[in-house]
Amino acid sequence: MAVKVMIPTPLRQFAGKQESVNLEAGTVGDALNALTSQFSDLKKHLYSDDGRLRSFVNVYVNDEDIRYLQKEKTAVQQGDTISIVPSIAGGSQ
Amino acid sequence: MATRLTQPVPASAAEPALSKQEVLRYSRHLIMPEVGMDGQLKLKRAKVLMIGSGGLGAPLGLYLAAAGVGRLGIVDFDTVDFTNLQRQVTFGTSDVGRKKLEAASERLSNLNPEIQIDTFETRLTSDNALDILRDYDIVVDGTDNFPTRYLVNDACVLLGKPNVYGSIFRFEGQASIFGYPGGPCYRCLYPEPPPPGLVPSCAEGGVLGVLPGIIGCIQAMETIKLIIGKGDSLVGRLLLFDALGMRFRELKLRKNPECPVCGEHPAVTKLIDYAEFCGIRGEEAPAQTASVPEITPKQLKQRLDRGDDLYILDVRETHEYQICNLNGQLIPLGELPKRVSELDSSREIVAHCRSGKRSAEAVEFLTKAGFRKIWNLKGGILAWSDDVDPSVPKY
Repeated sequence: MAVKVMIPTPLRQFAGKQESVNLEAGTVGDALNALTSQFSDLKKHLYSDDGRLRSFVNVYVNDEDIRYLQKEKTAVQQGDTISIVPSIAGGSQ
Repeated sequence: MATRLTQPVPASAAEPALSKQEVLRYSRHLIMPEVGMDGQLKLKRAKVLMIGSGGLGAPLGLYLAAAGVGRLGIVDFDTVDFTNLQRQVTFGTSDVGRKKLEAASERLSNLNPEIQIDTFETRLTSDNALDILRDYDIVVDGTDNFPTRYLVNDACVLLGKPNVYGSIFRFEGQASIFGYPGGPCYRCLYPEPPPPGLVPSCAEGGVLGVLPGIIGCIQAMETIKLIIGKGDSLVGRLLLFDALGMRFRELKLRKNPECPVCGEHPAVTKLIDYAEFCGIRGEEAPAQTASVPEITPKQLKQRLDRGDDLYILDVRETHEYQICNLNGQLIPLGELPKRVSELDSSREIVAHCRSGKRSAEAVEFLTKAGFRKIWNLKGGILAWSDDVDPSVPKY
């Protein structure tokens, strides 16, 4: 399935400065694997050493958090948007 | 779904009415059926606490004061800095050097003398947060660091107060309402903070000045809607704003039944050490940069004047080079691994950046790559401007 992965600002420097990447994938896990294969620098920002998604990074399929779906096994449909949303804290400074 | 405060702003024994002056001041609210006298009185009785009076706090404070929020508390211990004026529009050039609280209360009182402004010139900590927040109905988080965001979140959940959240990074913003009873909290979304140093601050990453203006206004709007009990709030919704694309997106936020703070069996029942939670030990730079060989700007100048053959490596970005430079060879830090072959390890290299942080990383990297004659310019080009050549602009 052709899906679009939205890259958040803090991670764009590791994804060739792109704001989104189009990929073929059947599940969210497939899409993230394809993404980190293409952009190996992204891997350590998204995954901890034991291969799990970092907890300050959330992943959504369209507007649903994958933690409340089937996590990385969540199936994706043609044209779905996968969003990576890390925490940001800027406000005053 | 319209949300209202579960403890609606209570009518006091002496029910505040609006004076003739206030009726005129707020006439544009009063003629709207969605606000009316009812809504304006709710605003007058409302007590809102702003944490932080900076980029987000500026438009927030201005619009809450303008709207007639009867009691506005502001927590900020900082001083107005020249670099704040690019976005912190509560302040003017003549305020540089003044305490932000003083300058902000003056500005907001001038805008609306009818409201009460409480000032808390202190850093919010686990020791004082519950006491400071207790008296207010709504808390608005305009802070700039992870430990405080987690502190504010936890305190709001423990006290049952909604936390109107906004945050920004360069040209992206987020907004939501956490801690609304029955709704998710910040830890439902992000159970853990990122390790220190992974997400740069505005001073390091930069920010489009007007961006916190937009997000701060959204926070003001959500606060006012909560007070008057109208419209659909951002409870359970994460609003994402991309300024460059001028696009708003929205993601669903769910309350996590296993959330350590607001879940069914909370593990956190009192405020913790948030600096420790976020992995920060003290305010100093991380230990590894202290062990990097350094050269001060004055020492560098002396050696260059002596005719020493030093190779200056600038690890900043192209657009920074254009602001000012030391005629160094520019290899941005992110490109260093790919371009390390351009460097001659037999030469003495002095690496520099803006303030000395990125170049310390570069020196560490190059040392691991086998470079032996490599120094970090302590304090970067900022220190060069201070100590050697004041004609070099600081930024």
